[in-house]
Amino acid sequence: MDDLYREVIIEHYKNPGYRGYLDPHDYAFADSNPLCGDHIEITLRVDGEQNVTEAAFQGHGCAISQASADLLLESIIGKPLEEVKHLDKEYVLDLLGLDLGPVRLKCALLSLKVLKAGVYGLGEAPDSLVE
Amino acid sequence: MTFDVAKIRADFPILRREVRPGVPLAYLDSTATAQKPLVVIQAMDDYYRYSNANIHRGVHTLAEEATALYEGAREKIAKFINAPAAKQVIYTRNTTESINLVAYSWARTNLKTGDLVILTEMEHHSNLVPWHMLEMERGIRLEFISVTETGLLDLAGYKKLLEQSPKLVSFTQMSNVLGTINPAAEIIRLARQAGAVTLVDGAQSVPHFAVDVQALDVDFLAFSAHKMCGPTGIGVLYGKASLLEAMPPFLGGGDMIREVKLRSFKPNALPHKFEAGTPAIAEAVGFGAACDYLTSIGMDNIAAHEHEITEYALERLEEIPGVKLFGPGIQDKGGVAAFTLDGVHPHDVAQILDGDGIAVRAGHHCAQPLHEKFHIPATSRASFYLYSTKEEVDRLVDGLYKVKKYFG
Repeated sequence: MDDLYREVIIEHYKNPGYRGYLDPHDYAFADSNPLCGDHIEITLRVDGEQNVTEAAFQGHGCAISQASADLLLESIIGKPLEEVKHLDKEYVLDLLGLDLGPVRLKCALLSLKVLKAGVYGLGEAPDSLVE
Repeated sequence: MTFDVAKIRADFPILRREVRPGVPLAYLDSTATAQKPLVVIQAMDDYYRYSNANIHRGVHTLAEEATALYEGAREKIAKFINAPAAKQVIYTRNTTESINLVAYSWARTNLKTGDLVILTEMEHHSNLVPWHMLEMERGIRLEFISVTETGLLDLAGYKKLLEQSPKLVSFTQMSNVLGTINPAAEIIRLARQAGAVTLVDGAQSVPHFAVDVQALDVDFLAFSAHKMCGPTGIGVLYGKASLLEAMPPFLGGGDMIREVKLRSFKPNALPHKFEAGTPAIAEAVGFGAACDYLTSIGMDNIAAHEHEITEYALERLEEIPGVKLFGPGIQDKGGVAAFTLDGVHPHDVAQILDGDGIAVRAGHHCAQPLHEKFHIPATSRASFYLYSTKEEVDRLVDGLYKVKKYFG
């Protein structure tokens, strides 16, 4: 339990650095986890070389879903979009420093799913994006 | 009989387990599914060890025994809800399938475009979606009895809706989130006066207090075995004989027929008309054993015990700063306490409690519209049954203080 609710996660949940909505933006996507009702919307700005310059998320949900969104966006600032497209499950789990069971994994991976669906310009966010 | 909760707990093997070494289980999720006493597990085990055979058609000893056990369980269930005859007890997979049976068989025969079905805002998805599907398919109209801020049904609004001559009033006898025990007899009486057929979702009521279908004068009652100490995979639709007899079959196949020709069939009599294919036989046997078990303890004793535990839980939860409880006060409430804790998502609450072996549920509990009404995405829910104790409530309260410390 102490692992799951490490200070870093509580801190990012309570005082997120990347909460907000970028208007205008270059990329945007929103999705929910139907089981929990966690909801995340991500907006991105990129520069001429297609590197991420700014990122923001809004929504609601458990500490794991919200902290993972904040950590994820913090980690992609300056990264090329091409690299963002190839981020995977392990990347998020490394950011969180956690090993999660199947139920909470969905909470942790919602933000990555939303991010990738937005960057790929998809109409929906299938689970296959983060498997 | 004095109610000895320690003795009752000894009947449930799972309550002895530790969630992790040194961390005993506090199971506060019986509204989702109840734990099973040894007599139920043993009845199913015995069935598979000694009597397993397919039912109704065989003439050998095992087939005779299996049929007698399967039909004997039906008699026990009928008695449990005071049904006039066992043939009015139709086996289904669960409450959801029972409601769908009414929607497919009765409603598709009797409802046409524009006909009104009255539901309530506190329904489980199982008593919403079948009617949404019929609304799309057939153009029936849906109206909802609203839920007041205190979690009660607005009966004045209901009486207004009845002026529109509904064909069906379908409602839950007890909310799985708010715990509200609805005045079912009164709702049914008013519906009957207005000429409507009634369906009661008894998933949460039948396990927790005595439900008498004849006293209620209800047309259909749906409930599940697994919430009343029985196995998963089996439920019941009770119906008035005249209605069931007039209804077309639901699923087609073996057992539901009297006679089959290459191009036609004649349906079987009740209850078999609605039971196509090999049913859940061992589960029926377990269901019968669960009815025997609950009857031996006494439904009134169970209801009184749950009332005491729930009253204690509400008191203790209310003293925690930041806890907000949903639903009515104890006088209208069954053994359910749904709550939120300021600043902490219900999933985090449930996860941290799990660390101390306390099992509560978090989410919208298959009642999303009800949560939207109260403007919350989710709640945590502790629920109680005959084996719940005040010590478990104390552990829950201690656990919530720990959650507050984490998120402090």
